[in-house]
Amino acid sequence: MIEARKLSKWYGSLLAVDDVSFRVERGEILGFLGPNGAGKTTTMRMLAGFILSDSGSAHVCGFGVSDDPLSAKACIGYLPEGAPLYGDMTPANLLKFALMLRRLPRKERTERINAVISSVELHEVLHRPIHTLSKGFKRRVALAQAIAHDPDVLILDEPTDGLDPNQKYEVRALLRSLARDKAIIISTHALEEVEALCTRAVVIAQGRIRVDDTPSNLRMMYQGSTMEEIFRIITSEKGKVDK
Amino acid sequence: MVATSSVIFRRELMAYFSTPVAYVFIVIFLILAATATFFIGDFFERNQADLKPFFNFHPWIYLFLVPSVTMRLWAEERKTGTIEFLMTLPVSSGAAVIGKFMAAWAFTGIALALTFPVWVTVAYLGNPDHGVIAASYIGSWLMAGGFLSLGACLSALTRNQVIAYIITASACFMFLSSGLSMVRDVFQGWAPTLLVDVLASFSVLTHYQNITRGLIDVRDLIFFGSLIVLGLVANVAIIDLRRSP
Repeated sequence: MIEARKLSKWYGSLLAVDDVSFRVERGEILGFLGPNGAGKTTTMRMLAGFILSDSGSAHVCGFGVSDDPLSAKACIGYLPEGAPLYGDMTPANLLKFALMLRRLPRKERTERINAVISSVELHEVLHRPIHTLSKGFKRRVALAQAIAHDPDVLILDEPTDGLDPNQKYEVRALLRSLARDKAIIISTHALEEVEALCTRAVVIAQGRIRVDDTPSNLRMMYQGSTMEEIFRIITSEKGKVDK
Repeated sequence: MVATSSVIFRRELMAYFSTPVAYVFIVIFLILAATATFFIGDFFERNQADLKPFFNFHPWIYLFLVPSVTMRLWAEERKTGTIEFLMTLPVSSGAAVIGKFMAAWAFTGIALALTFPVWVTVAYLGNPDHGVIAASYIGSWLMAGGFLSLGACLSALTRNQVIAYIITASACFMFLSSGLSMVRDVFQGWAPTLLVDVLASFSVLTHYQNITRGLIDVRDLIFFGSLIVLGLVANVAIIDLRRSP
């Protein structure tokens, strides 16, 4: 469903993403981990078709993201880093706007909007301008627009950032329920999230993939270590030599 | 693409009215247009039933009001990061550029249409040539379209709205002033006549003044049409080349 083939991206003289390849199949939730500036967001932006790779290619639902961007984007639900949204719009209008651009017929649009409002609990802020909402609500509106059209692929850059523990729990439960028939990539700093949610973990540091394995295998490899310790070992310089 | 553009058009037009920008713009535009016509343009003293003083000031009013309409179009998207939200929806850059431009153009059209009391006044006081006035309105709107297309394109270059405003105002000034006799005089005498003519033919002012005489010439329409299309094509190219917020 999602495939990165030897993706690379340069920013000036900095190699932000270096020869990154992986696949995500239906039913999988891939946790994308790494320190700040490791290349997670850049990789996700290339998969979502926001920026083009300098070499390699990204494929989503069988469409090349650079060859047929509109078809690829139609089957992706994307939550950008920081959940940027039009502050002057209300959540209701924003969802309608996104679904109109996704060409959903009016009846289906209304049904989907109602469904997604319930699943991320937006009732109370539905008609308030987004710029007046709390960080948690903004994140939920952004998540709502990503899942509203029931896409086959979800690419979510830090979906639980800014949420309180209860909201995090609910969003994880929601993603787990969605995962059955979707391929999902999430990036996160919350390591417990990887254990709680992901079927696979890809750890990236300095633009390169260090590890691509299941969370349970990672635990076996680094017996007795917490996820946090494993993360530190893998992404540190020492880890680079060891692995 | 038309459907996509029209969804973006509606959102952008609503965005103007959801902030005070629209109201401030319209009020200032109307005050400036009225002041220029009745006080500076000697509307009454001329004792002629036409709207020449009114339309003569439009290029100069647009010079600093149009950049305020276009400065937010793309610069704000980059600043707030919403460009990432918009461009990861199944939307082509062309559809987004056209939708935004049309919204800005329609908004300016609304402001222009609200100057109708001036037309009513002159019709009440005398017997003006309504054909010339109608042509002048069309010319004014086309000129606004040219400036807006230029401004939208330049707004895509930066994430800073103030910079977008200043470079748009400067670019509009260049397109206006190349037709002024004062600029022409600088070149006349030493530069080849061809160059002087080419320079004048690139002037928005020359083409606008042709139309305000009541004659809508195909050449003037082609000029404004080309200016708009060129701006939009450059805008698409900038959006495709510079995706980062």
